[in-house]
Formats: sequence, structure tokens, C-alpha cells
Amino acid sequence: MNELIKRIKMFRNNHPAGDENADNEKNIREKINLKVFRTNGKSESHFDTFEIPIMRWTTVLDALLHAKSYCDSSIGIRYSCRMASCGSCGMKINGIPRLACYTKISELKGGIVSCEPLANFPQIRDLVTDFSVFFNHHKQIQPFIQNENIQTEDREVLTEYIQKPEDVDKYLQFSYCIKCGLCYSACPTVATDTKFPGPQALSQAYRYSVDNRDNALGKRQNIIDDRHGIWRCHFAGSCSAVCPKGVDPALGIQLLRGHMLRFSKNEQKLAELQDRGLDKS
Amino acid sequence: MIRESLIMRIHYITGISALFVVAVHITMRLLMPFDSSIEYQNIIANYHNIAYSILLESILVLIAIHGFNGLRIMLLELRQNRLWENGVTIFTISAMMTVVAYGTRTIILAQGLGA
Repeated sequence: MNELIKRIKMFRNNHPAGDENADNEKNIREKINLKVFRTNGKSESHFDTFEIPIMRWTTVLDALLHAKSYCDSSIGIRYSCRMASCGSCGMKINGIPRLACYTKISELKGGIVSCEPLANFPQIRDLVTDFSVFFNHHKQIQPFIQNENIQTEDREVLTEYIQKPEDVDKYLQFSYCIKCGLCYSACPTVATDTKFPGPQALSQAYRYSVDNRDNALGKRQNIIDDRHGIWRCHFAGSCSAVCPKGVDPALGIQLLRGHMLRFSKNEQKLAELQDRGLDKS
Repeated sequence: MIRESLIMRIHYITGISALFVVAVHITMRLLMPFDSSIEYQNIIANYHNIAYSILLESILVLIAIHGFNGLRIMLLELRQNRLWENGVTIFTISAMMTVVAYGTRTIILAQGLGA
């Protein structure tokens, strides 16, 4: 017993309780140089470097907000949820499109962290880019369920459109998209072909085309099956590599291509047949 | 206007078929020593074989369609405006037809049908 008390006393001497400053000092691993791309659209762009103290859990967004609070309040940055849900803080971090709130500095190599605006987007100011073209591509593929055969007017016959778990599995992965634009920024085809809808829009087209509540693939085909549509994808796979939500847009594009060529199974038809008990496969 | 999915289906089918016919063509070079297989009289003899002439014609057509459509795809990525896109399409279709016509003429002449 005496031995135990002795040990507790020793521990308390080494770790004084309530000394938060000492704890914080231990957690501050080092300082990093944060290089931030600066532009106002008029004068020449340049990088500003800020020395930022970091802790084990400091994210790039935390570092940028530290720089904005204590070094230069004029840094232009867009952010909201700080938990990789809103997709606002996408930027090129050390040359790779990432979410600033989802990238810990401890995961990055070297003492310099560079932050640039996303490629393939028009720049507005500093790290803020214009998403209007990106959102237009998204809107063009009509990302909502459409079905003329379902009665929605008469409340008497209005019923729930039941989906089985296997029906949901066909598109669930693609519905996790937060429209952060990282895939669009990483896409080499978007960089050369401005009319290409991009991986986000195409994977959403697939998401709705395999949803058995929807029957509007024909309407979307004008955009998808165009000279600058789905066939211009080179399958570089960089969209899937940078996606922070594991959506895998490249997979969606390849599956949609299979649908267009009628090489792959028509999951929508198959689900309908299964529902009616007519499918033997 | 033709749907791009139909064009790409033709592109993939011609590509796969071209692989097969070119493989047959290369295999035929291996039936005898390579040097003799490309001697003048042997080449003419090949052309006089009707089945081989059909094979050569199919290689010509398949590779012309596949190759010029590939060129069209690459050129479409360079610029995006209606004039350029139509110009590229017209240029590649005419070039493809010219190559096929000239190649077919060569096959017909070498076979002795044109004489």
C-alpha cells in the first residue's frame, strides 16, 4: 500500500494537475510555415508565408484560421462545418486537392504546407473559387428523381415507393457526394475540355439512373451522350483518388458507360423483375 | 445527329476486330522467313489470294475507322466551339474515306482486277 501511495505521489510530482499551459506546450509539436496563395484578381498573384504553431490534431483549416486571426485578417477562405460534411473548404494542399478541415498537418510531410485554390475553377480571391460552372454541370444532369408513371396528384392513391436494401445498395455509395469539387479539380479531362460535365455530375447521373424510382435517363442522355459527354473520360482515376467521401466517381462513370453500351446488366430492369418475381438469375 | 454512344460502340468493335485481323496478318508473315515474305513476288501473290485480299481490305477499313475516330476525339479536346467541332468531324470523315479509297484502289490494282 505504501508503495502505491509513493508511486502516486511521484506521478503527481511529475504531472502537476490543472497545469493546462504545460499540457499545451507538450502538445505543440513544432511550428510550420504555411504558404498561402494570394490573389485579388487584379494584381499579380503571390504566396504569403506564415509561421503557425501546430498541435497533433491541428488541421490545415485550423492553421489557416490561426493565420487569419493572428497574422493577416484579409486571407480569403471559404469554410463552414469543419467536419467534412459541407464541402466548402476544398483547396490544393501541397499540390493535391483536399478538404482543409479533413487534412491534419501531422499527416503531411515536411515543415512547409502550401495552400492554393482548386484547379479547373475560376479564382475569385485567395483560396476562394467560383463554383457556378461546376454547379451548372450538376444541375444539367437533373439530379433529382423523376417518374411520370407515379401518381403524385391524387392523395387517395399516393403510396410510399418501397425500396429493398439491395435497390439502395446500387446507388448508396454515389449519394454520399458532398459536391466539394475535389474530383472536378483533379480531373485531367476537365482541364482541357471545358464542356465536359466532370466526374461529379456523371457519377450523379449514374446514381439517379440506377435508382429504381427514377425513369428519366433518356432526358439526361442529351448531356451524357454528347461529343463532350461521358465518352471523353480518360479513366485517369484521379477523381476517385481525391474523393474525401469514398464516392469513387470513376466507378460510376464506367458503370454508366456500360449502361449506355448495354454491356452491363440493367440493374433498374433487374430490380423491377425481381420485385415482380420474374427474374430467374 | 448520331449518338456518341453509337460512335464509341463502333470505335470499340473496330479496335477489337482490328486486333484480330492484324494478328492473322502478322502470323502470315511467320509462315516463311520474314525477308522472303516481303519480297515483291510474294506480296503480289498475297494480293492474288482473294481471301487474303479481303483480310487486307478489312484491316484497312477497321484501322481507318478506329484511327480517324481516335484522332477526332483527340482534336475535339483541343478546342470547344461548334465551328471547330464540325470542322474536325468533316476533316476526319473525309480523310478516312480518302485513305480507304486509296487503299482499296491499291488492293484492286495489285490483284490485277484493275488492269
